[in-house]
Amino acid sequence: MKSHVIVFPGSNCDRDVAVAIKNISGHQPQMIWHKETSINQSDLIVVPGGFSYGDYLRCGAMASTSPIMQDVVKKAKEGVPVLGICNGFQILIESGLLDGALMRNSSLSFICRDILIKPKNQSSVFTKKTQVAKMPIAHNEGNFFVTSEQLKKIQDNDQIAFQYCDENGNVSEHSNPNGSLENIAGILNENKNVLGMMPHPERAAELAHGCEDGKTIFESILN
Amino acid sequence: MLAKIYITLKKDVLDPQGSVIANSLKSLGFNNIEDVRQGKYIEIKLDSENEESANKQINEMCEKLLANLVIEDYKVEID
Repeated sequence: MKSHVIVFPGSNCDRDVAVAIKNISGHQPQMIWHKETSINQSDLIVVPGGFSYGDYLRCGAMASTSPIMQDVVKKAKEGVPVLGICNGFQILIESGLLDGALMRNSSLSFICRDILIKPKNQSSVFTKKTQVAKMPIAHNEGNFFVTSEQLKKIQDNDQIAFQYCDENGNVSEHSNPNGSLENIAGILNENKNVLGMMPHPERAAELAHGCEDGKTIFESILN
Repeated sequence: MLAKIYITLKKDVLDPQGSVIANSLKSLGFNNIEDVRQGKYIEIKLDSENEESANKQINEMCEKLLANLVIEDYKVEID
């Protein structure tokens, strides 16, 4: 099991992800500085959360032009699982690996609290072990938007990975924290080997976090 | 040559910041406000042979990085 975590200037969830991967798989992931140009054979590449490049221009826009991202895009197209969390999701969108855009939260405030999500696609390499799960969100730009044509395409192709929901798994306006279209919390690429999600599974991955629901996503990929 | 780039949210994309600005302006007594859309303004100085090649290059920059065409439109002026 070989995994890699990309580190940009301003990443701040890279080590949390590495700890979660080590705890769950028993293997230490390799940290890859963004100026590197290639990644060795990998079973999982994680683009972690944070505030890469201070969110200049648009969240994730600068990081998407970092040297390492060319190889991340190449590996993703070859079928390597790539997981982008929070700012990592924004970076994957800016890199063109995922559809849509992440806009400012509809409330115009930074939201940092636990939310509930449930998988819509239940068969992908990332989502097959998760039921209704609690984990934190911490973002200012997580308001997912796609054009109506793109939305139809991702719906028809079963690319919606997670939706914000309530305790009973109901997807409603009330359970939508940030204004995301269709309560979308995470989406997959066409081939289902790339996932971008705003919630932080690595921050709900051990008892000390107060919740372990996030483990299911890593278990699904790593085991 | 100086390129002036105006980036705004597409018309059919909700602009919550614009709505809040509109409300604030109304609370200051500007009651005839009909709509506010906010965006970004970027200036780029570049060495270019002529306006046409500058325009072509700036459009490429907008499409590759400066604007997110899923949600944003842009307009370029070259001086």
